Amino acid sequence: MGQLTTGEREFASVILLVLMILGIAMAAAGRFDPMGVHGGMVFLYSGALLWWILTSFFGKEPDASRFSSYYDDPIKVGVALTLFWAVFGMFIGVWAAAQLAWPSLNFDTAWSSFGRIRPAHTTGVIFGFGGNALIATSFHVVQRTSRARLADQLSPWFVIFGYNLFCLIAVSGYFMGVTQSKEYAEAEWYADIWLVIVWIAYFVLFVRTLARRKEPHIYVANWYYLAFILVVAILHIVNNLAVPVSLGNAKSYTVWSGVQDAMVQWWYGHNAVAFFLTAGFLGMLYYYLPIRAQRPIFSYRLSILSFWGITFFYMWAGSHHLHYTALPLWVQNLGMTFSVMLLVPSWASAGNALLTLNGAWHRVRDDATLRFIMMAAFFYGLSTFEGSFMAIRPVNSLSHYTDWTVGHVHAGALGWVAMITFGSFYTLVPSIWKRERMYSSALVEVHFWLAVIGTLIYVFAMWNSGIIQGLMWRTYSPDNTLVYSFVDSLLAMYPYYIARAFGGLLFLIGAIVASFNIWMTVRTVPVAVQASSDAPLPSGIYGATTSPAE
Amino acid sequence: MAIEETDQVTGRRTTGHIWNGIKELDTPIPRGVLIFLIVTHLFAALWWVLHPAWPLGTTYTKGLIGGDQKQTVERKIVEAAASRVPWTERIEKESFDQIRADGQLMSKVNASGHQLFGDNCAACHGRDGKGGQNYPDLTDDDWLWGGEPERIVETMTVGVNSRHSNSRVSQMPAFGADEMLDRKQVTDVASFVYSLSSQEASGAESLGDIEAGRQVFVTSCASCHGENAKGKADLGAPNLTDGRWIYGGTLSQIIETVHGGRQGHMPTWDERLTPAEIKILALYVSGLGGKQP
Repeated sequence: MGQLTTGEREFASVILLVLMILGIAMAAAGRFDPMGVHGGMVFLYSGALLWWILTSFFGKEPDASRFSSYYDDPIKVGVALTLFWAVFGMFIGVWAAAQLAWPSLNFDTAWSSFGRIRPAHTTGVIFGFGGNALIATSFHVVQRTSRARLADQLSPWFVIFGYNLFCLIAVSGYFMGVTQSKEYAEAEWYADIWLVIVWIAYFVLFVRTLARRKEPHIYVANWYYLAFILVVAILHIVNNLAVPVSLGNAKSYTVWSGVQDAMVQWWYGHNAVAFFLTAGFLGMLYYYLPIRAQRPIFSYRLSILSFWGITFFYMWAGSHHLHYTALPLWVQNLGMTFSVMLLVPSWASAGNALLTLNGAWHRVRDDATLRFIMMAAFFYGLSTFEGSFMAIRPVNSLSHYTDWTVGHVHAGALGWVAMITFGSFYTLVPSIWKRERMYSSALVEVHFWLAVIGTLIYVFAMWNSGIIQGLMWRTYSPDNTLVYSFVDSLLAMYPYYIARAFGGLLFLIGAIVASFNIWMTVRTVPVAVQASSDAPLPSGIYGATTSPAE
Repeated sequence: MAIEETDQVTGRRTTGHIWNGIKELDTPIPRGVLIFLIVTHLFAALWWVLHPAWPLGTTYTKGLIGGDQKQTVERKIVEAAASRVPWTERIEKESFDQIRADGQLMSKVNASGHQLFGDNCAACHGRDGKGGQNYPDLTDDDWLWGGEPERIVETMTVGVNSRHSNSRVSQMPAFGADEMLDRKQVTDVASFVYSLSSQEASGAESLGDIEAGRQVFVTSCASCHGENAKGKADLGAPNLTDGRWIYGGTLSQIIETVHGGRQGHMPTWDERLTPAEIKILALYVSGLGGKQP
């Protein structure tokens, strides 16, 4: 707040007033529908933010000196929201996992049934945890590697609070039964439209900041962040083209029909993995890994190869989610072959990360934060290999519809996405709050082992369960009859489902430990003497920079 | 303006760019990466030549091997069915006694019966056939429509209260709701029925008049459940004396049943399963432990 001028405060108030009016309109139009509840939520959410602005509306205005420092306040809020969604989303995940082992844990109510909490888990962790982490770190990375302050005062706040409003509407909708029934795109039409507006603001802010950079070249991390922002916008818009039943109703129908709908959905779904869960987090890796390891990136050329390989090949691979379906065989084959060609660029980035650690392995041994990042690169390599492998049709005939898929996703989600995020946060938090260090390096160590053991238990349980399922479903007797019924395979999964819930629980505890450690860092660790280099370069010397910032 | 330097650890030159302290080495792409890249592309190209792959306007490249997954799956289903014919044909033709006498054939029946039961029947009757609330137990001696394999085949083929034109039809009227009996009569007859299988029934205070209930039973219930209340298999009326209950055997549950009536439903499996599969399941179900009355 202290960094917003009176004009910016006025503009923010106007935006929030408009949102409050929109909320009332939604509540009125949707008064016989869950949409009405969402209208009320929009009203309260924007009302609370407006209250916050008005309470300090006539506070001191910032002076021009703010332009000589980075704009880190929105990042701090982003970090807090990331941790909130991490604990929330992972808790729902553990609950959903426990329901699969003990179905009565849905307590016989509609809102807590598996079909509703499962999307609440996926949206909570992917968009709530992952999305907030990406936004927060992208604001940090783009400023530091451009040596420029964020291009705008207000839009970073708009992006963060607007994005979290989307997450809130989406997740609360699932509990009420509001869903488009598209995996990872369950949020209904009004939430989708809102996300488009937020995302355009994000894109404009990011590009404008890049344009202000004081370095002649754009760093690799920013290529990935920009690819993430741009492609997610395209995917989101195309997959969510839909016609609502009425303007007062949450239900909508997609414009795509039949197998084309399935293809669009998995083109979206797979590229959400590619550009949300891969490209964005590679941006994170490319900044926090060399900073933490204090080593140069192993190969610039490899970075180029993997960036263009990943962005090009991923786009074609979505149809491998629809092997052995009504999708024409040629589309399946095309998706499969592109998935195989995708392997080398993917491994090139994992290899580039691990080889960067040459000369810093003693730090990997001593520093749990760097170990998080190293482990993330390892799991990235592991799950991209597994993904290409599972995309091969004969392999897929065993793996599809089994828990192997779930295990594969979580090797990526827990091992790669969450670990790179935590490794980055343990680097980011002391940096933006200007603290000497984290509150407790022992707790980082505890978190590391909880995360690694939890991930391994989870992934091994699902590999076993998935392959057993796949084999049971295709086991024929010598008389050419099926040996097992589906119910038999369910019974066989029971112990693995318990193990999976336990592995997930360890990971959740790790996230809680991280939140506590970060909270205590901000509260209790003394402020460090500020490094003079941690500031944007003054304008006017664009293109003339030569001084390394060490 | 780049300042290139040599990295001490690797001996490589940096590109000279620096971002907030981050530098990059100018390491060439390792040969292994390039070879691996070429291998994956060759694999893809080979696959395109052999299989349907690229769109061409309204058609697509068919590939040297070609293939059509729908034809493949249809062919495989026909082949699998054909390979089963030698023994499924015997099951279709031979009598139940003949099949039961052949141990080898019975082992096939039990193996495939397990899977067929799990995928078709277990949803209602339970994995082990023991049923549950509202669903009959198939492992006891109590058979609504008769426990001989021939009768089980008939039940499965036409279903109970199903859409099959020859469906078995069975309904217990809602004696209370439709005011065929008054409230006291419902309680009395329920108490009588309860007493038939429950030792501790006599002396319980909440019970109605068991003797009055017996009279109600004779006039209203005996036509379906029989004078002795042991049920009638040709009407699907259950035995009320054996302590086995589909809809629950507590007094309040029996009152609920008498008051609101019952009309169970079992689908017809005529179109879903082949005659041989139905026969296999009849043998499997009669082998679950239930004896014929």
